[in-house]
Amino acid sequence: MDDLLSEFLTETSESLDTIDTELVRFESQPNDKDTLNNIFRLVHTIKGTCGFLGLPRLEAVAHAGETLLGKFRDGALPVTPKAVTLVLESIDQIKALLTHLEGYAAEPDGNDEELIARLVDAANGGLAEGADAPANDAEEVVAETTDSVEHDDDDDEEDPNAPPPGVDPDKWDAQLGRELRPGEVSLADLEAAFNAVEPEVDMGAAPKVEEKAPAPAAAAAPAVERAAPINQTIRVGVDVLEDLMTMVSELVLTRNQLMQMVRGLDDSEFKAPLQRLSAITAELQEGVMKTRMQPIGTAWKKLPRIVRDACQDLNKKIDLVLDGESTELDRQVLELIKDPLTHMIRNSCDHGVETPEARKSNGKPETGTIHLRAYHEGGHIIIEVADDGAGLNTERIRQKAIEKEVVDSMEAASMTDSQVHRLIFAPGFSTAAKVTNISGRGVGMDVVKTNIELIGGAIDLRAQEGEGTTFLIKIPLTLAIISALIVGVGEERFALPQLSVVELVRTGNERDQRVERISNTQVLRLRDRLLPLVTLNQILGVDGNHGNDIVDESGNAFVVVMQVGDTRFGLVVDEVFDTEEIVVKPLTNMLTGLRQYSGATILGDGSVIMILDPNGVAKEVSSIEGVTQAAEAEEEAENVRDDKMSLLLFRAGGDEPMACPLSLVTRLEDLDAETFERSQGHQVVQYRGKLMPLVHAAGSHMIKTEGKQPILVFNQGETVIGVAVDEILDIVHDSVNYEMSELTPGVLGAAVLKGKTTQIIDVAHFLNEGQRDWATTATTKQDERRILLVETHPFFQNMLSPLLKAAGYDVTLAPTEDKAIELLKEDEVAFDAVLADIDAGQGVSRLAEAIDANSQLMQAPRFGLSNRDDAQPTELGMSIPKADRHALLMALDSALKARGDAA
Amino acid sequence: MSSTEYVTFQIGTQTFGTSVLEVHDVFRPTKVTKVPLSKPDIAGVLNLRGRIVTAIDARARLGLPPREGDPDDIMAIGIEQNGESFGLIIDSVGEVVRLEENDMEQNPVNLDPIWASVSKGVHRMDDKLLIVMDIGRILAVGEPDEGLAA
Repeated sequence: MDDLLSEFLTETSESLDTIDTELVRFESQPNDKDTLNNIFRLVHTIKGTCGFLGLPRLEAVAHAGETLLGKFRDGALPVTPKAVTLVLESIDQIKALLTHLEGYAAEPDGNDEELIARLVDAANGGLAEGADAPANDAEEVVAETTDSVEHDDDDDEEDPNAPPPGVDPDKWDAQLGRELRPGEVSLADLEAAFNAVEPEVDMGAAPKVEEKAPAPAAAAAPAVERAAPINQTIRVGVDVLEDLMTMVSELVLTRNQLMQMVRGLDDSEFKAPLQRLSAITAELQEGVMKTRMQPIGTAWKKLPRIVRDACQDLNKKIDLVLDGESTELDRQVLELIKDPLTHMIRNSCDHGVETPEARKSNGKPETGTIHLRAYHEGGHIIIEVADDGAGLNTERIRQKAIEKEVVDSMEAASMTDSQVHRLIFAPGFSTAAKVTNISGRGVGMDVVKTNIELIGGAIDLRAQEGEGTTFLIKIPLTLAIISALIVGVGEERFALPQLSVVELVRTGNERDQRVERISNTQVLRLRDRLLPLVTLNQILGVDGNHGNDIVDESGNAFVVVMQVGDTRFGLVVDEVFDTEEIVVKPLTNMLTGLRQYSGATILGDGSVIMILDPNGVAKEVSSIEGVTQAAEAEEEAENVRDDKMSLLLFRAGGDEPMACPLSLVTRLEDLDAETFERSQGHQVVQYRGKLMPLVHAAGSHMIKTEGKQPILVFNQGETVIGVAVDEILDIVHDSVNYEMSELTPGVLGAAVLKGKTTQIIDVAHFLNEGQRDWATTATTKQDERRILLVETHPFFQNMLSPLLKAAGYDVTLAPTEDKAIELLKEDEVAFDAVLADIDAGQGVSRLAEAIDANSQLMQAPRFGLSNRDDAQPTELGMSIPKADRHALLMALDSALKARGDAA
Repeated sequence: MSSTEYVTFQIGTQTFGTSVLEVHDVFRPTKVTKVPLSKPDIAGVLNLRGRIVTAIDARARLGLPPREGDPDDIMAIGIEQNGESFGLIIDSVGEVVRLEENDMEQNPVNLDPIWASVSKGVHRMDDKLLIVMDIGRILAVGEPDEGLAA
C-alpha cells in the first residue's frame, strides 16, 4: 500500500477514535465549545486530507458532517441527540469506508448520497422541524453500537439506489439503475466474485454481505479481521520517552560506578554479569535515543506527490531530486519542519521554476529540477532546497517591499542584493504576482522563518538571477540536547551553549593576543577590533582564580568570544574543559528569576551544572560598568535617561585624559613611526593601500618619530584621518555629564569620566583638518543644503552640528522642540531635511505635524535621532543612532539625492 | 482522635517534625552544585537519581549560623511540590513518631517571625519540643511575607 495512504489511515483512525469519545462528551455538554472545536478540527483535517489523496466519497461524507458541525459551532442549530447521532452516523460511514480502503487501497464503489442528504437536511434545520429523516430511533442505536458491516446494511436500506418497491431486489442493479435482464450479472456481483477469488478475502463474510447489499460493498467485511496492519506503530507521549531517557542516563551512571568498583578487583565474580549489564545498558541507551530519532525521509514522503500535483496545476515540468533521506533527527524537530518544508517546495514549484516555454527560450532544459538535500554539519542538520529556476527578481522584491511598507524607499535603495533577497522573509511579504492555488496566500516565507527560528534554527538563501534559488535551513539535531562548552570559574563549572560561542582565544604576554590592562576596563585587541572583556566571576559574583583581574602575571587568560545578537564580547573564564552534548532541564521557579541561567544539566559524571543564558550574560556585560559607578549615577538622576555611551579614553600631550565616542573610531592602530612620511609639509602614512594624513590630538609636532605610535583612525566617506595620541587608556561606558565647551579648536568640552575631568575631542574638527591639510581628497559639496537639527542635549549639539557642517550642510540648530516648531512656522525658511532627537519622547508627533504643516517642507526627508542602537521608527520615519555617523550621513545623502532626482 | 505520623529531624538544637506523607525521600546529599547569585537560602542543585533537585538550606532559611564540622555529614529530606523536586538540607534525621493532633499547641506568640512563618504548631514531647514544619512555607523561598524577619 502507498505509504501516504497508510499514514493517512493510521492518523485518521486515531482521529476517529477521538471524535467518538469527544462527540459523546459533547452530547452531554452541548455548550462545551472546546470539545466542539476539537471535533470540528478533526473532521476538517480528515476532509482536507481526503481531498488531497483523491478520495471523493470520504471527502463528501466528511464535508457534509463538517457542515452540520459548523452549524452547531456557530450556534445556528441546537445540539440535539438526533443531530449528534447523525454526526456519529457519518463518522461510522467514514470508518466503514476506511476499512474498505485499508483492504483494497481504494474507495468502495457507490455513493453516500442518502446520508449526505440527511446531513445537509439537518444542517438546514431539517431535524429541528421534526422532518425526520429515515434515521429512526432504532437505527440510532444501531448506528452507535453496531459494527460497520451491519451499519452499511442500514445505509443501503435507505439508499436511493435501492430497488423501487415491487422490484425483486436480487435483480436490481444499483449502478445500472434498472432491473437486470435475464442472464445479466450485476457489477457488484461480479466484483464480489472477483474479490472472493482473492486469497485474502474472508470467504465467509463476502457472501453474507452479498445477500443483503447488492451494490456498494463487499466492502468492509474482508478487512474487518485485518485491522492489524494499522497498529504497527503506537504513539507515545514525548514525556514518556523523556522519562525513559532520564532513567537510562541514570542507569548508565550507576553502571559506570559499578564498573569503577570492580575494576580494582582482579577476579571478581561480578565481572561477567557486569559485562552483560554493561552491554545491555548500552543497547538500551541507544534504543531509547533511537525512539526520538527518525530519518528525515519520513518528512519528505509527501513531497514527490506535491511536486507532481503542482506540475499539473501549473503546467510545468519539474524533477524532484532527494538526497540524504536517511539523515536522522529528533522526531520533535522533524514534525516541526514538515510544514515549512512543504511550503518551501511548493514555493519553488510556483515561483522558482519557470514554465517549459520560458526555460526553453532561456536555453535551459524544459524540465526544471528541485534539489532537496540534507546532511549533518557540526551538530546541526542542514537542509538545502535548491531550484534551477529564475532566481529572485531583485527589483521586483525591492518595489514590492516598498509597496507593502516592509521597508521605506531609502532603506531599500541602500540595501545590497542579498539583503533585498532576505526581505522575502519579512512579515507581510508575499512575492507571488498573482495568487495561485499552490502558494501566495499571504502566509509566506515569514511563517517558514518563524517556524524554523522557533526550534532554534536559521534560514538563509542564495539567489542568482536566471540560475536559481537555494534556501539553506540550519536546524539543531534535537531540541532537548544542545552542544555546550563546559567552562570553569573558581570551584564551579558552567555550560555555555555552543551556538553563541564564536571562538576561543588564549591570551598571553608572549602571544599575539594580549589583554590590554588599562584602568578598570580590559579589552582584547583581536584582529584589529577591540573586544570588551568581562570575567565570568564578575558576572556571577563569585571568586575566580585571579580575583577580579582577568589575567595572571604572565597575561594568560581564556577568552570565550561570544556573539549575542549584535553584541560581541569576550568572556574570561578560569578554565575551559570540553564541549559536551547536554540535555537541557528546566529550572525550578525559585531560580528562573536569574537571567544569567537558562537551565541546568547533568553531566556524564553525575554532577549538576548550570547552563548560562548568553542573552542574560550579554545584558549583564553591558551593566557591569554601571555597577561601579552606580553611586555617581544616582546623584545625577536627571541625567540618567539612556545617555550612556561608550567612550575611548586616551592621553595626548598631557596627563589629563581625553576622550571621544568609541563609535566614531573606525580602528585603533599601533603603527611604526619609521613608516611615517612627509608630503606637502604634512605627515602621512601608507595605510591600507592609501595615504592617510596624520594629525596629533595635541598638535602635529607631538607625533612620534620612532617606536610605536598609537593612532585612532577615523573615516568619513572617502576621507581617512589618523589621529595620533600618546597612549590609549581605557574604554568607559558611562553617561556623559557634559560640561561647558571651551573654545579650544578640536575640543568639544569636558566631562567627568571615572572621576577625572576629561576633554572630549571634536572628531569633526580633525576630519576637517585632515581635509585641509590633505587637499587631494575632495569632498562632495552639498551646495549648502539646509538642515534643521533638533537636539536638546548639548553634547550631541556639539557633536552633530560640526559633523554635519563638515559634510557640507548648512545646519540650523534648534535646542528645543518648541523652538523648532517656531522655526518651521516661518514659511520662508526652507529646510531640505529635518533631523530630530526622538529620545525625549512627547515632542515627536508635534514636530511631525509642524513639518507637515510647512508647505515648503512637504516632502522633505526627516529622520529621528536616538541614543539607542535599536530605536524604532517614529512619526519622523526611520530612526538613526546618533553615534552612527556613517548611517546618518548616508541616509541624508541618499534621501536628498532621491528628492533632488524627483524634483 | 486522629493522629499523624511525623518524621522527626534536627536543625541546630531544635527538633522538627513533618508528616510522613509529605516526605518523598530521605537522602544524603552529595555534590551540591552552588548556584551563584541565587538567594542564600538556596544551597544549590543536585542530582538525585537523574532528577535535578533544588536544595534548600534549612539553617539559612531559619536564620541559623552555618553548620560546623564535616560538611558532608548532612541529610536532606526530598519533597515533591508542583511537579518539582526539592531537598531540604537538615542536620540529621530521627525516628518516626505518632502524635495526637489534638495535642498540638499554637506557636508561642513571641516565636521568631521567620520560625513562626514555617511552623504549624508545637508538640510537647517528653524531653523536648517538636515544631511541626510547614513544608509549603519553608519551600516558599523569597516570597514577600517572610520579609518581616528584618
